Parts: sequence; C-alpha cells; structure tokens
Amino acid sequence: MQWTWFHKFASPKWFYQITGKILPFLAWLTFFLLVIGLVLGLGYAPADAKQGNSFRIIYIHVPSNFLALAGYFLMAIAGAIGLIWRIKLAFWVMKCAAPIGVVFTLVGLLTGSLWGKPTWGSFWVWDARGTSMLILLFLYVGVYSLGRSFHNANSGEKASAFLAIVGTVNIPIIYKSVDWWFTLHQPATIKFTSAPSMHPDMFYPLLIMIVGFYLLYAVVLMLAVRAEILLRERKTNWVRTLVLK
Amino acid sequence: MIFATKENLFISYLKRDLVVSFRGKSASLNPLIFFVMIVLLMPLSLGSYSLALQKVAPGIIWIMALLSVLLSAGSIFDEDYNDGSLEQMIITPNLLFLPLLGKMTAHWISKSLPIAITAPFLGLFLPMPENALIPLLVGLIIGTACFTLLGSIGAALTVPTKDKSFLLALIILPLYVPIIIFGSSVIYYMADGMNWRYPLAALSSIFCILVVLSPLAISGIFRSSMIE
Repeated sequence: MQWTWFHKFASPKWFYQITGKILPFLAWLTFFLLVIGLVLGLGYAPADAKQGNSFRIIYIHVPSNFLALAGYFLMAIAGAIGLIWRIKLAFWVMKCAAPIGVVFTLVGLLTGSLWGKPTWGSFWVWDARGTSMLILLFLYVGVYSLGRSFHNANSGEKASAFLAIVGTVNIPIIYKSVDWWFTLHQPATIKFTSAPSMHPDMFYPLLIMIVGFYLLYAVVLMLAVRAEILLRERKTNWVRTLVLK
Repeated sequence: MIFATKENLFISYLKRDLVVSFRGKSASLNPLIFFVMIVLLMPLSLGSYSLALQKVAPGIIWIMALLSVLLSAGSIFDEDYNDGSLEQMIITPNLLFLPLLGKMTAHWISKSLPIAITAPFLGLFLPMPENALIPLLVGLIIGTACFTLLGSIGAALTVPTKDKSFLLALIILPLYVPIIIFGSSVIYYMADGMNWRYPLAALSSIFCILVVLSPLAISGIFRSSMIE
C-alpha cells in the first residue's frame, strides 16, 4: 500500500504532466545561469598568468566533461532501475541519455583539443584524462548502437541497460589502467602543471557554468524523454486526447 | 546430460562443447589460421627492417590475438541459439553459472589457447627477442581467457541480432582496454629490464574478477531477455 507513491514516478503520464509544469521555469533558469556564467567567464574573469585568454575555454570544457561522466552513471542507474523494477520509463530515460551523453563527451573532447593547441602545441595528446574520455565516448556509442539494433525495441533496451551496467563496473578499471599506462609511456616534453588554486573571480563563473550545464542536461533529457513518451504511448487514450486537443 | 547432477554441470558442458568443436575440425581451426595469416602479413606492410618490427611486434601480436578471439567468441552462443539448446539450458532450474563457465572454458581451450601457444613461434618470425617469448606466452594465456570471458558477454547481448560482427566489436572493444594495456606492458616491462610480474599480476586480477562476474552477467542477460 505504502508503495503507491513510488509507482507514481514510474507512470509516463504523470512524468509528462509534471515535467510540462517544471520545464518552462527550468529552461529560463538554465538560460540565465549560462548567460551570466559566460559573460562573467569570457568577459570579466582575469586572464590567466601563463595561458592568457586561451584558458577561458575551461568554462565550456570542464562542465561538459562533468556531465559526460555524470550522464554515464545516470544512464547506467536508470538502466538498472528499469531491469530491477521493470519500469519502462527508466528504460526510456536510459535510451535518451545515450545520444545526449555522446554530444557532451564530444564537446568535452573537441574543446579539450582546441585548448591543447595553444597550450601543448598539438590538437591531441595521449594523456590519461583525454584518453579516458575517448574511451568513455566509445562506451556511449556502444550503448547507443546496441539499443537500436534490435527489431524489438524492448529487448534492445534491456540489452543496452546490461551493457551500460557492465561499462560502469569497468570505468574505474579502465581509468586506473589508462592512468598507469600514461605514467609508463609519459613523454618528457609535456608538463602538466598541477592546477593552482583558482582566483575567486575565475572560480565563481566556473561554478555557475557547472550548475548551468547540469540544468541544461536536465532540460534536454526531459525534452527527449517527453518525445519518447509520446512516441511509445501513442496508442493510449491520454496521448490521443492530448494530441487531438 | 541435462539431468546431470549439479557438481557435474561444468564438466558435462565442457565435454559437450569440446566434442562439438573437435568434430567440426575446420571451423575450430579458423581463428588460429586467421591469426597466423594476419600476423605474418604485418612484415609485408611494415617492411622487413628488423629494428622497427622488433619494437612493434608485441603490440601487433596482442592486437591480432584480440581480433581473432573477438571474432570467434562473438559466435559462442549462436549454434545453441539456432538449434534451441540454449533455450533448454536457460529454462532448467539450475543456476546458469557452471554451464556457462563450462561453455566458455571449452571455447577457450579449443579456439583461444591455440592462438596463445602459437604466438611465441610467430614472435620468432617477426622477430622478437627470445627472452620476451615466455612473457608473451604467459600473458597471452591469461589475456585470451579474459578476451573470451568479456567477448562472451557481448555475444550474449547480441545473440538475437543480425549482422553482429561490427556491433560486437563496437560494444566490446572499449572494455578490452585494460587487458590490452596490462598485457602488452608485460613485454615492454621485460624489454625495459623491469619486473614483468607486476603487470602480469594486474592482468591476473582482472581475470579473477571476470571469471566470477562474466557468467553472472551472462546468466542475468539470458534470464531477463528470454523468459517472457
């Protein structure tokens, strides 16, 4: 009896209605945070002592990498919830999180390589973090393409949920092994200066951008899941009346 | 055989799969022949300068062993899926852990182990220094077992799909990263005069994790996807 409130979260109709109410507010908040963060970061933060203005790409690079990693765990947890409690909404969240994660990982990698050109002198360096993010991209692509290669969408979702969980178990091992590989093959010419404590004028815009990116992720994920709900529940009455209204 | 007692499930599936693979002789040799051919094609594309070859030889052998095992492990459940015996295995009340482990062990003995044993001889062709051959052999024996265990997870996930070879590579290759790193490091450690047992120990610990988790994951995949 006391579990009825829990099952409400699993109802696509309830999710569709509640996100419809939250979304406008959330979207405006995201917009303002991103604008404030970008203006402060790109316009008002002091230039870095060593890297000059090129460091400002950090305001895109770090938040998108945060979300790339967090998004993978969200995807795997949603998949696990779907498998354990047999909740179709959780599978749809997992399915929609995959392409979004691909985009965030790609943005992180691209900004990283753009940043690498002026600071390290080349677009790609086989360092531990960059390589780990590249493998994370491959993991995302695997989950994405496995889910779409089944004729029956439900079994595709189950398979990619399992793959996401297997990948999550592997992520720490992959990260540690790549880290170890990097210290073994470390080229002498590149030096990584350990990040000095950031000046508050530099740090607060970054914090705003990170929160803004988290909200952006939530908004994009909600929009994608809402579209998926309409597609998959198209034969139910509430979607019909909603669309025909 | 299906009614065998629990203690014998591992042995009975091991025996069955070994018999099946050795009766169809040519098919079980194909991964090995592919491995030999593709490694021996390498000098033709890289040139026969022995110094350059010596440097990349361990990496080449490891990558080619990975591809050969991946290609063969991807179809480990296909025959059983097509003739229905996989379904029979899944609907038995037994735990699937031992049967699956037996199947994977049989696959490793018949298809992956020959690759590991042949590799040092190919190393002589490339050429690799003779004292690197033992680390190569030991590393590959454990490494191919890891490849088989992980590749079987991919095989279980893609069993009902068509044209799976690229899909399988796509989902499994990122998971092979730690094995490749530690496996090839065994030889590079050896070449640099360091103690090559350290990366070997890391590789073995990955094997220990996989031996427990891989059958569990596969039985989870089969039980949740088939019984509906």
